[in-house]
Amino acid sequence: MTAKPLLDVKNLTVEFATRRGKVQAVKSIDIEVGKGETVAIVGESGSGKSVTSYAVVRILDRAGRVAEGSIGFSGIDLVGASEAQMRDLRGREISMIFQNPRAALNPIRKVGKQIEDVLLQHVQATRATAREKAIEALEKVRIARPQERYDAYPFELSGGMCQRVVIALALACQPQLLIADEPTTGLDVTTQKAVMDLIVELTRERGMSTILITHDLGLAAAYCDKVVVMEKGRVVETADAAEIFRNPQHAYTRRLMRATPRVGMALHDLLPETAAKVPAAPRPQVVANDKVAPLLLVENLVKEYPRPAAGSLLAKLTGRSEPEKPAFRAVDGIGFTVRRGETLGLVGESGCGKSTTSMMVNRLLDPTAGRIVFDGQDIGTIPARQFALTPLRRRIQMVFQDPTDSLNPRFTAERAILDPVLRMGTIRGRDALRARCEELATLVGLPVELIDRFPHQLSGGQKARVGIARAIALDPDLVILDEPTAALDVSVQAVVLNLLEELRQRLRMSYIFVSHDLNVVRLLCDRVIVMRGGRIVEEGTAEAVLGAPQDEYTKELLTAIPHPPL
Amino acid sequence: MNDMSKVEPPPLRFEAPPSTSLLAHAKHIVAENPVTGLAFGLFALILFAAIFGPLVVPYDPLASNTSSALKPPSAAHWFGTDQLGRDIFSRVVTATRLDFTIAVASVALVFLLGGLAGVAAGFFGGWVDTIVGRVADTIMAFPLFVLAMGIVAALGNSVTNIVIATAIINFPLYARVARAEANVRRGAGFVQAARLSGNSEWRLLLTQIVPNIMPIMAVQMSLTMGYAILNAAGLSFIGLGVRPPTPEWGIMVAEGASFIVSGEWWIAFFPGLALMTAVFCFNLLGDGVRDLVDPQRRN
Amino acid sequence: MLGLIIARLKTTIPSILGVIIVTFLLTRVLPGDTAAYFAGPAATPQAIAEIRGKLGLDQPLPVQFVSYVSALVKGDLGQSLTTGQPVTADLAQRLPASAELTLFGLLISMAIALPLGVLAAVRQGSWIDHLCRIVATAGVSLPVFFTGLLLVYVFYFILGWAPAPLGRLDVFFSEPPRVTGFLLVDSVIARDPETFRAALSQILLPALTLAIFSLAPITRMTRASMLAVLGADFVRTARASGLSSRTVIGTYAFRNAMLPVVTTLGMVFSFLLGANVLVEKVFAWPGVGSYAVEALIASDYAPIQGFVLTMAILYVALNLAIDILYGVIDPRVRLEG
Repeated sequence: MTAKPLLDVKNLTVEFATRRGKVQAVKSIDIEVGKGETVAIVGESGSGKSVTSYAVVRILDRAGRVAEGSIGFSGIDLVGASEAQMRDLRGREISMIFQNPRAALNPIRKVGKQIEDVLLQHVQATRATAREKAIEALEKVRIARPQERYDAYPFELSGGMCQRVVIALALACQPQLLIADEPTTGLDVTTQKAVMDLIVELTRERGMSTILITHDLGLAAAYCDKVVVMEKGRVVETADAAEIFRNPQHAYTRRLMRATPRVGMALHDLLPETAAKVPAAPRPQVVANDKVAPLLLVENLVKEYPRPAAGSLLAKLTGRSEPEKPAFRAVDGIGFTVRRGETLGLVGESGCGKSTTSMMVNRLLDPTAGRIVFDGQDIGTIPARQFALTPLRRRIQMVFQDPTDSLNPRFTAERAILDPVLRMGTIRGRDALRARCEELATLVGLPVELIDRFPHQLSGGQKARVGIARAIALDPDLVILDEPTAALDVSVQAVVLNLLEELRQRLRMSYIFVSHDLNVVRLLCDRVIVMRGGRIVEEGTAEAVLGAPQDEYTKELLTAIPHPPL
Repeated sequence: MNDMSKVEPPPLRFEAPPSTSLLAHAKHIVAENPVTGLAFGLFALILFAAIFGPLVVPYDPLASNTSSALKPPSAAHWFGTDQLGRDIFSRVVTATRLDFTIAVASVALVFLLGGLAGVAAGFFGGWVDTIVGRVADTIMAFPLFVLAMGIVAALGNSVTNIVIATAIINFPLYARVARAEANVRRGAGFVQAARLSGNSEWRLLLTQIVPNIMPIMAVQMSLTMGYAILNAAGLSFIGLGVRPPTPEWGIMVAEGASFIVSGEWWIAFFPGLALMTAVFCFNLLGDGVRDLVDPQRRN
Repeated sequence: MLGLIIARLKTTIPSILGVIIVTFLLTRVLPGDTAAYFAGPAATPQAIAEIRGKLGLDQPLPVQFVSYVSALVKGDLGQSLTTGQPVTADLAQRLPASAELTLFGLLISMAIALPLGVLAAVRQGSWIDHLCRIVATAGVSLPVFFTGLLLVYVFYFILGWAPAPLGRLDVFFSEPPRVTGFLLVDSVIARDPETFRAALSQILLPALTLAIFSLAPITRMTRASMLAVLGADFVRTARASGLSSRTVIGTYAFRNAMLPVVTTLGMVFSFLLGANVLVEKVFAWPGVGSYAVEALIASDYAPIQGFVLTMAILYVALNLAIDILYGVIDPRVRLEG
């Protein structure tokens, strides 16, 4: 770089005062962002990537401070600047946008007024011109009918629109640098693409520099010029986006790159190179033998939620109310099968009905209509409340998405794992139970000494393993995996996915894998179903659906996945 | 994945968890926050006075001696004497038992009724929720002390009715807290997981939900103890509940009220101080109890 | 907006119904002969029989209830034995005294509690924060009648700054012509500074007692709510956009923080209306609270029943006002519900 960088972070160290003494969240890092450049800071949780950006804008928590180093912005030293100077820079020269756009907006203030506040603060408009300029800002982020939207409150807008408002807020004063902290995490993959495209377009248009903070290496490489990889507070590698995938230098980067699911990889390739080379068992040929009854058969499954009736009580009594709106169909007549030993992928964006479907198959929710036939028995007719007490309960189990939420905070890991055994199993006696628990823990790779811990004393990956151990405790036939790795770091995800596959083969189980992450689905599943609006839009083998999709929607989903340069 | 600017200390991976016996944990809590230790100490004192008080007081709380009426605090009478010559110190200590019993009885009663009703309402929903909600709303439509006045006036002037009235006016609070806690956990992942493990709804409620809301309920009970004492004292202050010459803090303050304007402050002051100390102690205790039973702090 | 008011009004109907039923039941559970209670200890058997007929006590319960409600609608709450007046007239005459006291106390309380809570949250860990926490804990522990007595002892007996706790106005002064019934307001309307000062000096101590009592929950809630809001995502956005602290704390944080505080006001009013009774007894304040206490001592039941019912209906009305206020501040309630 011959020109002076816009942002020059040198030797930055950020400390936090915690109950256990001083913790260094960021250790002696160097980052440069040139004018007009898009830089990604990539790392897993605990890497310090967000802390770095908070330090730049100086909105660290009370307990945090810059212990060493300098942050130069356009010649100004940000570490030593006064609070008044920083306030001046924030929003006007350096802007930030965050995850969870609706929470980022004041819920009781009109969005237009919030944009006005920023404009007025930085003297980019007068009281007379503020409204006009705010509407202009909304136009620039492609919000339809900006005059109307000006008067809207955040709760009246969708998640995607809220994110656009947040971007409008950030760009209103034409800053030189935009910091985007995980702006698309939690958004659907198609919305994610729309938001990222918008950010990149707007910033490129104005020659702005951008810092994109993310855990997704694929996203980083697809949208940015340069990638900075951080691990445990240190920068381990800095390289151009193309280089980082072609030729990763540092071991951690290589591990991260390998763990990011991509087209053309096998499940085992996700693991670090040093992982024990267990000869990958060939996927057992699931013979499409229609003579053998499938393990699970779902036919015309419907779930309806009645809409609250319109009109007042009086109107209803006198028979003058409006006709009721048709009930909301979360699942609208779907049908599929799962054969023994097979992994079925259930794919779709939020609101498509995949979670509702898995809840019904699981018998935690009652269907409105349709059949659910498991191993020849129609289990849909057994009410959910009573299903827990039937012997069939032990044969269908589930692994949940949020490992923290799915563990009782007052149960140790051992107690949680043994719950199904205590309720439905035959083992009794303290020693026998303990032995079984240790057996299960070893099976899922959880160190035995950790089973006496409470959930808050375990890491995310360890909690996930506890959930898996509990699900397989009674050797179920069918396990539903509801986005089991969505909340995990990508390297942990790699390990857990491999574990799940290994367990499936060893215990001869069938899986239904619910996910929105198509790359992961491709690695794990034999067959795939794509859902949208409660209906199935496409189904077939994984290679067919994900390699050569027929339906428009499926194609849209696939193109929306960020493609890192190969 | 939402790492804000806060940093979580890395979870202990290879160290054995430290000793977590209840006593050791209690000692740790007190060491961390000495005020909690003070609260525990005060509570022990109150308990002692309630149980052994009447046996160790220097004078008979009911013995009047008009020749030594209205004497200020002295070596002979630590808290002075009242208009009938009774020793105020003995009366204050003796009164501890009555006030403490009223508080404990009403809290126990409302915990059982309100707690159970609330948990059932929050967990099962439906008509249980509606009924409990209606009952709670009707009670809450009244200013609570006024309702207590009305209930005691209607049922009759006795200690039992004070307990009943206090329990009734606290019902909505307990029901509401229990309901909210049960409701939050109703949809939690571990509740679904428990169903998958073959737990029936009732077993789930009793073994998984109730233990999880106990810390909050324990804190609530501790705080309400203070409020129950204040309530009983307030009712006695206006002549409901306890009758003279029974020693009870509220009545004693009422008796001493008319003497404040003429300067004999000790008659009302010491029972009032005792009231204050007891309530203060229970409020601090609430925080200490919460720290004790919360497994997240067992480290 | 109108829709919100109407919707909220509809929810008060079951409350009022519940209140009426409960107060009705309370009078019918009196141990012994209800008619004797209402006739009084000095009544002749003939008077008792008359009351029994008037209250319809020999009728089935639902019929009694209907006559009770129809009497209520006409404004008939029975007769007080001690004053000889209709209870409704007594209450109407005494209500302004209680209302003035309660409102003034609440005003003082909020004037202290709100700034204290906000500052404590903004300057966490400072002396203001510690003061706030002490106030919150101590205030909850102090029995309100004890505080009143302490204040009387210190400010009247020892310091001589306050007048004797003998009611709203010293005997030397006469009440100004009644417009609102609030002495402070009426004396200003009548342009009578002497009376105003006299009324103020009498109301100060009892109002202060009530203020100290309600200080704790309001302060605690303001501080907690402000802290929660200051840590919220949208405040982070506001800071990251470079808005001045005045805007962040004032426009963004404070308004949002007030929502739970407004909700708390409902609970605070419940406590205040009860504490009112005790404070009126301590300061010999001629309001509805002392009216009820006197009736209790004399075993005069009609005023007690009337008092409970009136306070309950007043409280329902106050809660309605608070709900509407909440809807004004929070557009989510207004537009969604």
